[in-house]
Amino acid sequence: MVNGIIGKKLGMTQIFAPDGTVTPVTVVKAGPCVVVQRKTVSTDGYEAVQLGFVDESSPKKVNKPMKGHFEKAGVPPTRILREVRVQDGDGANVGDKVLVDQFTENDLIEVIGTSKGRGFAGFIKRHGFGGGRDTHGSMFHRAPGSIGASAYPSRVIKGTRMAGHMGVERKTIKNLKIVRINAEENLLMIRGALPGPTGSFVLIKKVK
Amino acid sequence: MQSLDQIDSAQLRGDIPEFIPGDTVRVHVRIKESDNKERLQAFEGVVIARRGSGVRESITVRKTSFGIGVERIFPLHATIIGKIEVVKHGRVRRAKLYYLRKLRGKAARLRERDTRSHSAKAAK
Repeated sequence: MVNGIIGKKLGMTQIFAPDGTVTPVTVVKAGPCVVVQRKTVSTDGYEAVQLGFVDESSPKKVNKPMKGHFEKAGVPPTRILREVRVQDGDGANVGDKVLVDQFTENDLIEVIGTSKGRGFAGFIKRHGFGGGRDTHGSMFHRAPGSIGASAYPSRVIKGTRMAGHMGVERKTIKNLKIVRINAEENLLMIRGALPGPTGSFVLIKKVK
Repeated sequence: MQSLDQIDSAQLRGDIPEFIPGDTVRVHVRIKESDNKERLQAFEGVVIARRGSGVRESITVRKTSFGIGVERIFPLHATIIGKIEVVKHGRVRRAKLYYLRKLRGKAARLRERDTRSHSAKAAK
């Protein structure tokens, strides 16, 4: 059995429990996925499956190399492909369907996605620096302060936290809980927020 | 792509009466006393704000209890709400009545809204 599924973020909402508590959830359309390729130690050096996300955005036409790839698997082309490691002899074959039924409610999962882009962000947003005060004659507002000593080492240490590009990174959020599953519509409701904007794709795996 | 509204619609409750800010409502809240004992507690006051939409809509209800202003925010579609009754219709000119917080006694009263024409329309 493959431990993992590709999902598409649909947005956040809330769920009311019978005891009155309100849970914030992210709704994810998870799957249906299909195994497009099986990688093995003998052919690729490691064990994995390549999953394809089947939905209405799947392309009708693909370029020739990819066409061959999908034809070899005997599955229609998909736009989103992700790889998930499996154990040898897991019984995952090319063409197998991967669905939400691998999860149960209250499962702990980890979600991998690409975070929202923040562009060129300053110290405060990017690293949580405090900055200076705005009033009372302060001339030190959102600047970084000292980035190193003068006489020695007389240079800036590598890796010093500074302003720069933030976001659009692969992010893994661990130990999120599945609140509800709708197997007919392939929906997962996951407690809390997930990386990336609505409409972006995430990989969902059970925590080991 | 499936919209969230479809998913939310299963949680919407249809038993919420029509009311607007300025109206006085009585909200019956489910309170759990022990494991299998439940009762309804009423919270009556003026709706001073109604915000959000869909399943996330909430209201702020304000009342004066023993001379002290008390406000509670209720998610409209929450399961802890037994029912909502409209007690009075108030005539106000804003959507958010936060100014009531600064007023007390006679100044904090609201004029009653004339709902005759409205109900006549509904009857037709």
